[in-house]
Amino acid sequence: MAKTDSLQGSLDLLVLKILSRRPRLHGYAIMAAIANTSGEVLRAEEGSLYPALYRMEEAGWIRAEWIKKDTGRRARIYELTAAGKKQLGAEESRWLSVSLAINRVLREA
Amino acid sequence: MSLWSRISNAVHGDRLNREIEEELQSHIEEAIASGRDPEEARRTFGSIMRQREASHTIRVAGWLESLIADTKFGWRQLCRNKITSVAAVLSLALGIGSCVAAFRLIDALLWRPLPISGASQLYVLSSKMIGFDGKPMESNYWATPEFNLMRDAVKDQADLIAISGADRTDITWTTDDEMEKAHVAYVSGNMFPLFGLQPALGRLLAPADDRVVGAGPYAVLSWDCWNHRFGRDPHVLGSSLHIGDQTFEIIGVGPRDFTGTEKGTVTDIFLPLSMNRFATLDRISWHHIFLMLKPGVNRSTALEPLRQHLAAVSRAFLLDCSACFRGAPKAAIERFLDQKLVFYPAGAGISELQKDYRRSLGILGLLAALVLLIACVNVANMMTAQATARSQEMALRISIGAGRRRLVQLILCQSALLAIFASVLGALFAAWAAPFVLSLINPPDNPARLALPADGRVLLFGFGLTTFVVLLLGLLPALRASAVRPVAALKGGENRNSPRRLMRGAIALQVAFCFLVLFLSSLFVASFQRLQNRPLGFSTDRLLLLDSVAGKGQLPVVWDQTAEALRAVPGVNSVAIARWPLLGRIRINSDISINGAPPSRTPAFFMIVSPGWLSTMKIPLVSGHDFRPQDTSPGAAIVNESFAKAFFPGQDPIGRTFTRGANQPLNRIVGVTPDVPDHDLREPNLAVFYIPFAEIDSKSAPKAVDWATFTIHTNAENPLALANTLRQLIAQRHNGLRVSNITTQLDLVRDQTIRERLIAMLATFFGAVALLLAGIGLYAVLNYSVLQRRREIGIRMAIGSTRAGIVRIVTLDVFLMIAVGAVAGVALGFGAARYVQSLLYQAKASDADMLALPACAILITALVATLPAVLRALRTNPTEILRAE
Repeated sequence: MAKTDSLQGSLDLLVLKILSRRPRLHGYAIMAAIANTSGEVLRAEEGSLYPALYRMEEAGWIRAEWIKKDTGRRARIYELTAAGKKQLGAEESRWLSVSLAINRVLREA
Repeated sequence: MSLWSRISNAVHGDRLNREIEEELQSHIEEAIASGRDPEEARRTFGSIMRQREASHTIRVAGWLESLIADTKFGWRQLCRNKITSVAAVLSLALGIGSCVAAFRLIDALLWRPLPISGASQLYVLSSKMIGFDGKPMESNYWATPEFNLMRDAVKDQADLIAISGADRTDITWTTDDEMEKAHVAYVSGNMFPLFGLQPALGRLLAPADDRVVGAGPYAVLSWDCWNHRFGRDPHVLGSSLHIGDQTFEIIGVGPRDFTGTEKGTVTDIFLPLSMNRFATLDRISWHHIFLMLKPGVNRSTALEPLRQHLAAVSRAFLLDCSACFRGAPKAAIERFLDQKLVFYPAGAGISELQKDYRRSLGILGLLAALVLLIACVNVANMMTAQATARSQEMALRISIGAGRRRLVQLILCQSALLAIFASVLGALFAAWAAPFVLSLINPPDNPARLALPADGRVLLFGFGLTTFVVLLLGLLPALRASAVRPVAALKGGENRNSPRRLMRGAIALQVAFCFLVLFLSSLFVASFQRLQNRPLGFSTDRLLLLDSVAGKGQLPVVWDQTAEALRAVPGVNSVAIARWPLLGRIRINSDISINGAPPSRTPAFFMIVSPGWLSTMKIPLVSGHDFRPQDTSPGAAIVNESFAKAFFPGQDPIGRTFTRGANQPLNRIVGVTPDVPDHDLREPNLAVFYIPFAEIDSKSAPKAVDWATFTIHTNAENPLALANTLRQLIAQRHNGLRVSNITTQLDLVRDQTIRERLIAMLATFFGAVALLLAGIGLYAVLNYSVLQRRREIGIRMAIGSTRAGIVRIVTLDVFLMIAVGAVAGVALGFGAARYVQSLLYQAKASDADMLALPACAILITALVATLPAVLRALRTNPTEILRAE
């Protein structure tokens, strides 16, 4: 199966969900987590991941922090805010209703 | 939080870029560490640059970033033309500073509400009537018994408050014998509570202190007096102060910012109304009445019924007042009774200073605003020129996709930078100028005092003014620049005439404003000079005036003995006594009745002087002789020529008699003097008579004199040199006489022209600045226009145009614009002159020299300003220009 970047607006949902399960991840870890948990089916491109992270940070859903890594380099890690948790709930229910609707269309068409 | 982080990111753009890059690098490192091929990891990221751009725009406030960039660019533009920019900032600073200073003065004197509760509910009562001279007049002074009646009549809807003027009074504090001057106001006991004022120390006057006449010997100091006189010593409570033969106990200190209701004067001491000896007199109108509506009373519906009610009470009082019209003819009584009561809002206090300086300060504000406009036009011209020079750059920006909004923003940023620098400098200028001008109002020994806080009101005005300046400066060049058509501009064939047309219009505007300023200046200067040079008819040279008081009074003979003692002092030439000096603050009139007829329509003013006073003042006698030592009043009188003309037309007045009112003793005229101005230099000379210093009562017993002025002619150039010696000499005689004020006749004359001097001085200053700025503006525009038309001039020269022809094409339209501006200026000037006519003395807008002077000044400035540009045009080398093209 081709790796697809067409997450089409569901990237936010995935990032929020992953951060809700495993807080304090840096960008690469988030990307890796999306790939791993989706069984290498879904893949977030770097080119869309970081702008999405910054956008969500500006919207106040996630919060960033610099930490020192073992290698001595700094890394920027992210975690969910209260607003982000609320947003995650909204995104999840939206996703459910959309996917239900799509499934229904696929069944009946 | 989010907006703030974006703003902070915009300010620290470089740091943000570093952070984004660091995060991306850290990402690649992770990828490599987890086994990815380094090359591939980097490649998947695409160009780091592009990533950074995409991430950057999300994390900053874009508008702010562009604003910062534009500001930096504007700053570089300003730095590129340092001299022009500095000149622009300085001229704008002067204009803004002058406007803010004028606003501070006008606001403080006329608009700023008193620091009391309910200032907006406060009115002052005034009475309009036809005066004894047949002219309408207005008075806002009332008698205390009348006030009491009125207060009781309306006590359900409104409170009436009586407050006297804060008069300079001789007082003595307990601790030392020296007499001092302090501003003393008598107030009704309800003033402090109704104004919602709290004491800084002790207690304030209450209605109980004011209930019984003479039974409230209590004084409240103002905070200002407590501060500067007592250094905020709390032990001042309980100590006493003396005024004449009255003693008051100091019971408290008023709140810090309350200085009384008389704007321009700081009240030092508040005393109960009932402690003034006038408080029981029906005939003496001596204090103001303020009206404060009760809370909950509707202002729009309650005022008119209140006014009618009070007017009825006032009329009934006057009708009842048996002492009010003794001996007056019936017609005069009716005219007097025909009064109209009016209310004026008094939330900003009331004072003579407001009346005297309302128009003057308005003119000051107008002149400052005009200078600011001239400066703005200059700077806008400069920016238009720069924008035109940058039209290629603008065109390039537009063709590579800059929005026009962004271009407008670019230019507005530059004008905002100029305006902000100018505002800061202007604020400093205003901080100095407003108190400086204030200190020139009123005589130096009794300066006007106003609180001039730089608070929200002033800041708001300054901010509004700066915004206005930014728009004025930037909007036109900005719109012009953004209207650039890229194709035309880049081809170099843009129409270069339109900015010149705009700038020429600006010249006309500038000249019109400049003409107006100069025209008003010349009116004020001429007015001041004519007033100052008015022939006095008496000498002011080496004349020392010692205002003296004598407690409960001393007989004229004691005053004469003291004068005799003063004559013995070396350096004293002659000594005479007058009850009050010429051109001082005091003036008293009297009815005149000839041959027992009813009093004349117009009363005459009088002076009470000792023998030798006329010669000391160097006032000659036209006929008759001076008073003799044995002359008394009533008895002998000397009259001026206007008096003789008014009451004895066509007759020799010597030996004739008149009485002061009906059924009064006779005065026989012994001498006639020429007219001299007695009270106000601006007034024409009126009928004046002089009576002897030795006054006697109806039983021929001499009357005691409690105050008078020694008029001393000294040998020394500076009469004040002797003042201390003479003052000590008077005190050492221990006859009750004390000097309460020292001045010179010259100072009294100078004090008459303070307002005119101040306006003339400021108008001259603004006139000079306006002329200078207009000259600079003219020079810049012409110089620019010659530069722009270099090619045209070169071609004209090459095809044989004469030098005169070149001068003509360079200067013709400019001088045309100057003429247009001057005509507009004349029109404006005539309009403004009507408004200022009341401030002028013998100077009229229609005087030829009032128009000629500004016209000449502008013409000469224009010639000087155009010369460099004309020379540059004539030096144009056609071959060089054509080769360069």
